[in-house]
Amino acid sequence: MKTRVRDVGDVRILDLEGKITIGAGDVELRKQIEDAVAGGKLHLLLNLGGVSHIDSSGIGEMVGCFTTLARKGGKMKLLNLTQKINDILQVTQLITVFDVFDNETEAVASFK
Amino acid sequence: MAEQVLAEMCSSNRVDDEVTYWVGMALREALANAIKHGNKLNPDKRVFVHMVLQPGAELRIVVEDEGDGFDPEKVANPTDPGNLLLSSGRGVYYMRQFMDEVNFHIGERGGTRLELVKRLNGRRTK
Repeated sequence: MKTRVRDVGDVRILDLEGKITIGAGDVELRKQIEDAVAGGKLHLLLNLGGVSHIDSSGIGEMVGCFTTLARKGGKMKLLNLTQKINDILQVTQLITVFDVFDNETEAVASFK
Repeated sequence: MAEQVLAEMCSSNRVDDEVTYWVGMALREALANAIKHGNKLNPDKRVFVHMVLQPGAELRIVVEDEGDGFDPEKVANPTDPGNLLLSSGRGVYYMRQFMDEVNFHIGERGGTRLELVKRLNGRRTK
């Protein structure tokens, strides 16, 4: 998995690309999220538009991140879900948990 | 490697790309469970994978580990409201969503023998 890190105001945006699967992206995602939290960035936007594959391990990291940030008073939201990732979140009903956007400007504004 | 073999097998038998994608995800979940929960990450224990594709009929995958066995009845439903925010426990559920049959057996080596079946009714569209 490749990650591009951007800060827009107080929102940390992670542009993720490739696979978020066990042993191939899940650990990298966790590290990026830990770095953001350690740096005081508690508003996190995951841009999943470039993610080709995700599995239960990657989904688990996202859920863990969501709950960790919530406990610290932060928020994690999702941007640009592909149809397949949308399907994966739908079948486990996680789509009801996450705030999902297809427009970055709107997503960033929603944290205010 | 197993995923690559699956992709090549599906491609050469003109299996629909969508079917290949979801079966690939089920296979990844099965392998992850076998290595992590079955063999408990023990590098001396093996995972056996057997795939049979009958064109136009079905794709059958068997994944067997050398662990201590597994009781699928103990897997909680990850869509129950109280489980939604758990960070694990979705692998078997995904397999059941994306395959037509998911059967757990006791393997010849005492571990778990997981059988995944996908019916093949369609052809590749592109």
